[in-house]
Amino acid sequence: MRRSPDTRVLGGVCGGVSAATGIDVMLVRIGFVLLTVSSGVAVLIYALAWLLVPIEGEDSNILSRAVNDRRGIRLVVALVPVMIVLQVVVSALHVGYVGFIGWPTFLAGGLAVLIWRNASEKEKVWINDDLVPLLGAGSRGHARWVLVTRVGVGVALGLGGASLLVYGHASSAALRPIGGAVLVIGALVVIFGPWWLSLVRDLMAERQARALAEERAQMAAHVHDSVLQTLALIQRSADDPQHVVQLARAQERELRAWLFEGRPPGALSDDVTMLAEGVGLLQRQIEADHGITVQVVMVGDCELTAALRALLDAAREATVNAAKWSGAPQVSLYAEVEPDTVMLFVRDRGRGFDPGAVPEDRQGIAQSIRARLSRFGGTVVIRSAPGEGAEVELSMARHELVR
Amino acid sequence: MSGPASGEPGAAEPAIRRPRIFLVEDHAVFRAGVKAELGDAVEVVGEADEAAAAVELINERQPDVVVLDVHLPGGGGLAVLQGVLPHHPEVRFLALSVSDAPEDVIAVIRAGARGYITKTISGGELLQAVYRVGAGDAVFSPRLAGFVLDAFAHGAEPVTGLDPELDQLSPREREVLRLIARGYTYKEVGRDLTISSKTVESHVSSVLRKLQLSTRHELTRWATDRRLV
Repeated sequence: MRRSPDTRVLGGVCGGVSAATGIDVMLVRIGFVLLTVSSGVAVLIYALAWLLVPIEGEDSNILSRAVNDRRGIRLVVALVPVMIVLQVVVSALHVGYVGFIGWPTFLAGGLAVLIWRNASEKEKVWINDDLVPLLGAGSRGHARWVLVTRVGVGVALGLGGASLLVYGHASSAALRPIGGAVLVIGALVVIFGPWWLSLVRDLMAERQARALAEERAQMAAHVHDSVLQTLALIQRSADDPQHVVQLARAQERELRAWLFEGRPPGALSDDVTMLAEGVGLLQRQIEADHGITVQVVMVGDCELTAALRALLDAAREATVNAAKWSGAPQVSLYAEVEPDTVMLFVRDRGRGFDPGAVPEDRQGIAQSIRARLSRFGGTVVIRSAPGEGAEVELSMARHELVR
Repeated sequence: MSGPASGEPGAAEPAIRRPRIFLVEDHAVFRAGVKAELGDAVEVVGEADEAAAAVELINERQPDVVVLDVHLPGGGGLAVLQGVLPHHPEVRFLALSVSDAPEDVIAVIRAGARGYITKTISGGELLQAVYRVGAGDAVFSPRLAGFVLDAFAHGAEPVTGLDPELDQLSPREREVLRLIARGYTYKEVGRDLTISSKTVESHVSSVLRKLQLSTRHELTRWATDRRLV
C-alpha cells in the first residue's frame, strides 16, 4: 500500500486505501469523516497511516526518518503534559463530546509534528500549501501569529462559553468555568506555540533557499557582464597576445575584487550618493577600461535611490556594450533628471545592429539591462540599424514604487 | 563621429572664401594640433597665448573667426570677448575648452561667443564648427546643449524680464537641444523631428539669442549654484 499524491487532500491516505481495496476514494473519505465524528479514533488512525505508509514513489515511510529526529520526538514528549492538562480541563468542563474525541485528536496532533518535521521536501510543500490559506495566505509571519492566537483564543473562549452556558450551575462557584476557560486558552497557546515555532523555522529555511537561488541568478548575470564578455573579446583578439594578456589581467583583477572583497564588477560604491557623481564615475571607469571616449552630458541631478543605482548599472552595461561591439571611438551618454523620471541615453555611431536579430545567447541587452530595470519598474528602448549606430534609451521613475 | 556632412559648408566646398582664423590658446602643442587639423581650409592670421596680447592682435587684424580657449592666463576667454566685441562686433568667437565648469562656458556665451565645443572634437567637426560660426550660425556641442537645458530648466521663478519670450525655451527648442545633447548632429536632429537642417539651425540660433539677451537672474544664479556642486 502506498499513499497517493494524486488524489490527496491531506496526506493521501484515503487515496491509498482506495487504491489498495478498490473502494471509491470518496466513499473512503466519507467513512473516515464519519468515524472521526463518532469516535475521534479515525484522526489517530489517519495520522498513524500517514506516518507508517510510504508515499508513492518512495520506499521508506516517514516514521523511519522520524525515529532519528530526536528534536521532534522531544517536542512530542513535551506535548504530553500539555495534553494531559488539556484533557483534565476538558473533562472538568464536562463538555463530554470534546472529551470523547479529545485523546485521539491530541495524539494525532503529536504525530502531526513528527510528520511535518520528517516529511519529504515535496510533501512539506503540499502541507504548506494546505496550511497557508488556513492561516492567512500571503500574510507575514507576525500576522500569522496574530491569527493563530486569535483562532486559539476564539476556540478556547467558545468552549469555555459553551460549557458555562450548558453546565454552569447557578450554585457552583462561577470561578470554576472561568478558571477552566483561562486554562483552555493557556493550553491552546502552549499547544500551538512549539508546533508553530518549528513550522516558522522550516519556512525560514525555505525562504533562505529561495534567496540563495536568487543570488545564483544574480551571479550568473554578473558573470555574463564581465567574464563572458571578456572571453568573447579575448577570442576576437587572439592574434594580439599583448592585448589578450591585458584583458585577462583586467578581468582577473575585477573577479578577485568581486569574489574576495565582495565588490560586484563595476558596482558603484555606496559613497556615491548623487546621480551626476555616479555617471562621472562610470565615465571614468569605462574610459580607463576600454580606451574609448565617453561624452557625458548631464541635465539636473538628484540623489541616488536603489532604482537609480539599477539605472546606472544598466547604463554601464549599455555603454560597455557600445564600447566593445560598436567599433566607435566615442559613446555619448546623456542623462536628464525630470521631475518624476530620469532619462538616460547611450548613443554610439558604430556599426549598429538589427535589434530584432540579436541571438538568444548574446543576452547582454535582453537580460542584464531589461531585467535590472524592470525589477524597479524602469524601461528600455533600443534603436539601431546596421551601419547606423545604436541608441539605448533607459528611463526610471525617481521615486521608488511602493511595493 | 562623422566628418562634415554633405550640403553643409566644409572642406568639400573650396568655392567659399577661406575664413581668416585667429587662435587664442595657451597650450602651444594644442595650438599646433588645431592648426594642423584645420590645414589649408582656413587662413590662420595669428595666434596668442594670453588675453591681453590676444585682444591687441585681434583688434588689429580683425579675423573672421576667433577660436578661443575658455581658460586663459590674464582673465580668461571672457576678457578677450570684452576687449574685442565693443570695438569689432563683426568678429565671431568659437569657444573651445576642456573645462567642465558650466559657469565659465555660460559666461563666455553670454559675453558673445557664438558657439562652444570641447577639445575632444575631431578635426572635421572643428572645421565644420568654424565655418558655421563664420557664417553667423550658432554651434552647440552636446555639452553646451546640456548646460543650456539645465540653466533654463530652473524656471520655477516667475518671469521678471522685460521680454518674457526671452526667458524661456519653446518646446521645440527644448526638443532640439535635447537631441543635440544626446549626440545628434543638426542633420540627424532634423531627420528625427522631420524638419530641415536650416530650421534646426534657426532654432539653435534663437536659443543662443535668448541665452545672450535674457535678463533672467536665474542664469547667473544657476551658474553660482553649479559652482557649489
